[in-house]
Amino acid sequence: MPNPQKTRRSFLATAGTLAVATLTGVKPAHAQMARTPLNNMPEAIRTLTRGAPVNTGKVKLDLPPLVENGHLVPLNVSVQSPMSETDYVKAIHIFTERNPLPEMATFHLGPRAGRAQVATRVRLADTQNVVAIAELSDGSFWSDSAHLIVTLAACLEELPA
Amino acid sequence: MNARVNVPKTAKRGEVIEIKTLVAHTMETGFRRTHLGAPIPRNIVTTLTCNYNGVEVFRAELHPSISANPYLQFTTVATESGTLEFRWSGDNGFSVSEAARISVT
Repeated sequence: MPNPQKTRRSFLATAGTLAVATLTGVKPAHAQMARTPLNNMPEAIRTLTRGAPVNTGKVKLDLPPLVENGHLVPLNVSVQSPMSETDYVKAIHIFTERNPLPEMATFHLGPRAGRAQVATRVRLADTQNVVAIAELSDGSFWSDSAHLIVTLAACLEELPA
Repeated sequence: MNARVNVPKTAKRGEVIEIKTLVAHTMETGFRRTHLGAPIPRNIVTTLTCNYNGVEVFRAELHPSISANPYLQFTTVATESGTLEFRWSGDNGFSVSEAARISVT
């Protein structure tokens, strides 16, 4: 018969290790499962910019860092621009890394928008990066990206027949 | 099918006004399957255009990554009194429009 003292000690030690592992590894449960594969986002961005360089800055992409439900994620994007007749944001493109399609949405603006700011709600299939690219009237591209942790994924579940 | 828009009733000339729109739609992605394995065809809203007295001031192209019942919030400059017309269109001939009056002082 095993020494009860020893069994309890080893049980507590194991439990302690597990607790520490759970506390330190702040990863959602599904992170251990197969990740949704990367889509061809870099290629989609190259197609959009036709090889022009994409600068970082000017754009501000707001998404919650931790998402419980990937079906409805508030997205807010704004671009620093005077929005005048000669200097304005032509379009804002939103891309994702791990949804089945890289394109999320494109917003066409103009000087009559007054402000370059758009908000919508999006779906996210997995923990991933979202990229916003602004196309300015002078032909330059500016971008910002946001990383999100998603615990309940959208897009890929089954429907009752 | 119905749609809602929120546009201020009055505004000062040159003021940047905030517009909120919502349209009822399932936004079926086309990537889901039934339990029997049959693919569910895509059925989404693909565009929203906003015309201010006949001139396009905003247009959005949407993809399956946009949530069901697409919500969009954007801005425009109140230039003159008149009508803002919103038109959503999508798969399977989906087409809905809505209008809002604004008086600019």
